Amino acid sequence: MIGLNLVYAVAGIVFAVFSLLSARDRRFANAAFYALITASFLFGNRLGDVANGVLVLALIGIAASGRMRRAEAVEPAEDRHRAKVFVPALIIPAVALMGTLAFKHATTLIDPKQATLVALTLGTLIALILCGVLLRAQPAEPFVAGRGLIDDIGWVAVMPQMLASLGAVFALAGVGGVVGELVGAVIPAGSVIGAVLAYALGMALFTIVMGNAFAAFPVMAAAVGVPILIRQMGADPAIVAAVGMLAGFCGTLMTPMAANFNLLPAALLGLRDKYAVIRAQVPTALPLLVFNILLLYGMIA
Amino acid sequence: MWVLAGIVVIAGGFLLRFHPLLVIIVSAFVTGLAAGLDPVRIVATFGHAFNETRYVTAIYMVLPVIGLLERRGLQARARALVAGLRGATAGRLLTGYLLFRQVTAALGLTSVAGPAQTVRPLVAPMAEAAAERQGGTADDAERVKAMAAATDTVGLFFGEDIFLAVGSILLMKGVLEGYGILLEPFQLSIWAIPTAIAAFVIHGTRLWWLDRRLSRGGAR
Repeated sequence: MIGLNLVYAVAGIVFAVFSLLSARDRRFANAAFYALITASFLFGNRLGDVANGVLVLALIGIAASGRMRRAEAVEPAEDRHRAKVFVPALIIPAVALMGTLAFKHATTLIDPKQATLVALTLGTLIALILCGVLLRAQPAEPFVAGRGLIDDIGWVAVMPQMLASLGAVFALAGVGGVVGELVGAVIPAGSVIGAVLAYALGMALFTIVMGNAFAAFPVMAAAVGVPILIRQMGADPAIVAAVGMLAGFCGTLMTPMAANFNLLPAALLGLRDKYAVIRAQVPTALPLLVFNILLLYGMIA
Repeated sequence: MWVLAGIVVIAGGFLLRFHPLLVIIVSAFVTGLAAGLDPVRIVATFGHAFNETRYVTAIYMVLPVIGLLERRGLQARARALVAGLRGATAGRLLTGYLLFRQVTAALGLTSVAGPAQTVRPLVAPMAEAAAERQGGTADDAERVKAMAAATDTVGLFFGEDIFLAVGSILLMKGVLEGYGILLEPFQLSIWAIPTAIAAFVIHGTRLWWLDRRLSRGGAR
């Protein structure tokens, strides 16, 4: 069945080419970093947990050595292809969209859980071919250009994966339970607004720390949501769960721990301030958090 | 209680601007050791989770296409397109994109757009070009680009939970089931709608405000 195996094979090959191009230009730290990511994509499942962990340590070692270099500056491009240049750019989301819908009916061929990622991979491959056919690009040209982009992103590229892995260690160590007990202990008995505030702010704060509302939800549900809001105060479980999760999402907007949503776009857009995207999100996140608290309180009280 | 030391390491390490990846791995070791795990187990747990979350990093496969198109004038073309649209402002463009992102995410199409797929090649240069025409400065360009990325995230977060089969809905259903509370995904997704509307109103207002500041001779 086609699923993540295809996605990871293509991603692995792309990083392998990035690595070769970096080595050719004598940018060895970058080459080694991309080679390790290639190994993770192509052989990760065969390596075993400890070897994968050692691979991660090596990635961190290279990143922390400070030897990875940014891309050389490129001259701004001219508008020489007119609207034709949009075709490969739009084909990626278009194929991702159509593939997601179509693959739902091809469940024997394609893993339905990974339909969008498979479609996105397919769209990328079609776009690459169109770059050659429509824009007369040489085969190596996209990869040289792409290497420039990944060099500018640098080690931030693996930060989301690193934070997710830290979350796994937190979970194993029982961090959630301890935080839940602390939050549960501060609520005045019988106070609806106190319980709502502890639950919603707890979701947001714990998400800020963990970078992920998914990690916060089981903890806050166990500490406040189920025992106090649902069982003691008789709140509708659907509202408590749904609005609590969205309060957590408000926290995600405000934390560097959610690197893939907050730091990665800043790196990708080449912003001078790496926290610029978070700064742009906080004024939306705070009023929305207040809205969620009021919604929850209004539906319980 | 000692397992919380890892959180202190993360917060302190980021604040003191140590290398973020070093801070993460040190936090993992501090937390794991405080919980009595042996170092090999910590490395293995970390490595296992890293391997399981590779799909996050797979999105970079689009970079060769995006990079090539940029060198062939994609952003210049996006700017030219905006210049030809009368009445296109940074705020209006981003409001349209916010709506598009919320609606597609609500239909389960979360990976159709994103920072790499749409924001860098299309949305950010278009918004930047519009802002320039509105009288924005170089500092405004940075702010508008950041706002483009922020709009993408807000649209995704407060659209996706309306879709029935998204991860967070399944997580909520699963967690509550553990307490003997049975819910249909539909009951959960319907309660994502009020917040989705609030998100559109709040962020849309901020985008309208952005336009006002731009046309007043530059955002502060």
